[in-house]
Amino acid sequence: MSRTDQGKLLGVILVTLLSFWLLYPSYQYYAMTPAQRQAMEPAKLAKVRKRAIHLGLDLQGGLQLLLEVDKSRLSPAEAKDAVERAREIINNRIDQFGVAEPLIQIEGEDRIAVQLPGLTDRARAIELIGKTALLEFKLVRTAEEEKTLFQRLDSWLAARHLAVPGLDTSLANTPFTGLMIDNGFFRKEDAPTVQRLLATPGIDSLIPTDTELLWGEEDQASRGMTGRALYVLKKQAELTGGSVASATADVGIEQTNPSAWGVRMKMTPKGRADFARVTGNNVNRQLAIILDGVVQSAPRIIDRIPSGEATISGSFDANTAKDLAIVLRAGSLPAPVHALEERTVGPSLGSDSIHEGLTAGIIGTVMVVVFMAIYYQVSGIVAIAALALNLLYLVAAMAYFGATLTLPGIAGIVLTVGMAVDTNVLIFERIREELRHGRSIHESVRLGYDRAFRTIFDAHTTTLISALFLFQFGTGPIKGFAVTLSIGLLANLFTAVVFTRMIYDFWLGRGKVERLSI
Amino acid sequence: MLQLLVGTDIPFMRYRRFAYVFSGVIVAATLVWFFAKGPRYSVDFTGGTLLQLRTSEVVHADKMRDALEAEGIQAELQQMTGDNPNEYLLRFRTQGDPVALVQNAITKHLPGVTMELRGNQTVGPKVGSDLRQKAIMAILTSLGAILLYVGIRYEFKFALGGVAALFHDVLVTLGCLMFTGREVSLTVVAALLTIAGYSINDTIVVFDRIRERAKALRKEKHSRVMDMAVNETLSRTVITAFTVFLAALALFIWGGDVLRDFSFAMLVGVVFGTYSSVFVASAMALDIWIALDRRKGVSAE
Repeated sequence: MSRTDQGKLLGVILVTLLSFWLLYPSYQYYAMTPAQRQAMEPAKLAKVRKRAIHLGLDLQGGLQLLLEVDKSRLSPAEAKDAVERAREIINNRIDQFGVAEPLIQIEGEDRIAVQLPGLTDRARAIELIGKTALLEFKLVRTAEEEKTLFQRLDSWLAARHLAVPGLDTSLANTPFTGLMIDNGFFRKEDAPTVQRLLATPGIDSLIPTDTELLWGEEDQASRGMTGRALYVLKKQAELTGGSVASATADVGIEQTNPSAWGVRMKMTPKGRADFARVTGNNVNRQLAIILDGVVQSAPRIIDRIPSGEATISGSFDANTAKDLAIVLRAGSLPAPVHALEERTVGPSLGSDSIHEGLTAGIIGTVMVVVFMAIYYQVSGIVAIAALALNLLYLVAAMAYFGATLTLPGIAGIVLTVGMAVDTNVLIFERIREELRHGRSIHESVRLGYDRAFRTIFDAHTTTLISALFLFQFGTGPIKGFAVTLSIGLLANLFTAVVFTRMIYDFWLGRGKVERLSI
Repeated sequence: MLQLLVGTDIPFMRYRRFAYVFSGVIVAATLVWFFAKGPRYSVDFTGGTLLQLRTSEVVHADKMRDALEAEGIQAELQQMTGDNPNEYLLRFRTQGDPVALVQNAITKHLPGVTMELRGNQTVGPKVGSDLRQKAIMAILTSLGAILLYVGIRYEFKFALGGVAALFHDVLVTLGCLMFTGREVSLTVVAALLTIAGYSINDTIVVFDRIRERAKALRKEKHSRVMDMAVNETLSRTVITAFTVFLAALALFIWGGDVLRDFSFAMLVGVVFGTYSSVFVASAMALDIWIALDRRKGVSAE
């Protein structure tokens, strides 16, 4: 054995050992049952998981969202870092929600990509991430102020004959208050009409600039009817969510309904002082608690509240109360976000994909292997050994780079199987040709490798070029495909050229070989 | 030693006119279809929602459609056949949450039926047009880069032949996707790009041999040189394509619905890529070679 051959052999052995070492965490992680994972120390488990091959959302199931931060209503100063702040807040919320390995990244100017692997409660997660969670405390105008405003609205609308026709003659004179079944309370079916009336152009001039009208939650009950309340509020908020230090979901907040869920808040020292001042100055008035522009409740202030404790009640269940507590703790988004794209993969589809990908991969590999063994005999076996190493190195490299395995990525591996043996086909066909021309076995092998190499190099380069552009363009799964294809081809240059050449050198170096099995 | 396609002497270049007509017709049909009708784009590019559902019991497609329409969902409904008749694909557009809407329709109008969400892909119009542009850019730039590489590595006549074959393969594959009513999605675009990178492989094998032969056989007619080169490399051209074909076939049959269009494109691309390296790339290189000679006033034909 020559020195260079020894070096090559050593190289192959080292790379192979390294690959096994790199793949050990993946084996460790995926061989564990869920129960074993639970039993493992979290820090240790996280370490193993980090070094194992990641499965894409399309394989393990999960939710992927592309959000756009709507900066249109922000001042230039606020807009500057709005996306970064939104990312942090979403990050906090997801952290508290408890998803393993979320990925939250800013994309481009005003987009945030969120990936939540293994998530099953899609609707809840979307609600949690997308909620602006702007919490405000605003004083409700007094009954007289409210009455004055409603009367002005009535006469203004009546003068313009904007009443809903038919039904009731009294509506012609009081188109607005005529629809009320209680003070500021409208029947469910009338609420859209009221909304339309309030959208009449020019009506804004009737509402004082320091006052605003906001709706309560939908489907509230009053006098045995379901409907919606309209509140007349002081526009300037007394306190905002920024004053909230902590929030927890709890039951029994409303005395009238002890089983109902709600959220208890504790204020920051500054918030506590402000809250004490506001409540002290406005005893007997109502203070509305507003979340994202909807009045949750408007309790009457009975006395000054020095403790800095406040509650939110309304139509909550355990989950919605918990989620609200999370978003209040994490803070409100600096601007509304909306989803531009959503891709959800249910767990059953994910596991089906893994199953199908594996089946196709195994059958494809077996077909290629059988063909190579029959067609090229012993040399075919050499090519198969090279293929096995090729796949081993490919998967190990993916683990090393922290690449994500996706379903198209599996397709890339299967195609790599087909393309990997091509390299050996080119070499073997060239060797056969040289043999036919009557050259010696040694000479044929040498020429076969030398002459096929240029072709192999060109072929690999063009495929790599397209994989490169694919990576540039691709979204998650497609990137996975580009990655497996590229690494597979690069590993192929080593296994199919260097490794197989080495085998021939050993084979032929051991003495006089009469016939080459090819 | 098992040998196939060795020692053949097929006068490929004699048939190249037929091949031009054959390829010309398919490419023309593809272009006409593309510009007149356009392919069926997936939600990736059009925007909208693609829902994959599984219901607790098999519901007839008409009943499912009625339930959805009662809630104002105008969906293109596709019921799976074979082992999974309780699985459905829904394509539609909505402003609201598509999953909640469908869930509501099923609970309301199909009592006793529960639904499991297998997958939801909802793409807004903005992202759809972004992805469309990115896909076109990716195809054009990668074709450009491959062209550049082939142009630097090979003489003009070969480069041009290779390029023609490349466009031919991508177009024919796109055509076959359109003719069979398959959707053009992100993964299918990935397949088209892979084909672009791979199809040139076979061509390179033949070209390398032509170059080698052309030096040795200066006296021979160009078409004879070509035929010899193609015949000599025929076995490897076919075998390399065959192994990739096997891999793609396994994906097509066993790889599941998600990869079906992708592997279909790969199958078509591999077959036509092999054909085109002989009948498009080499054939065009030959005609350009002859034309160049004629201009120089020499004739090897």
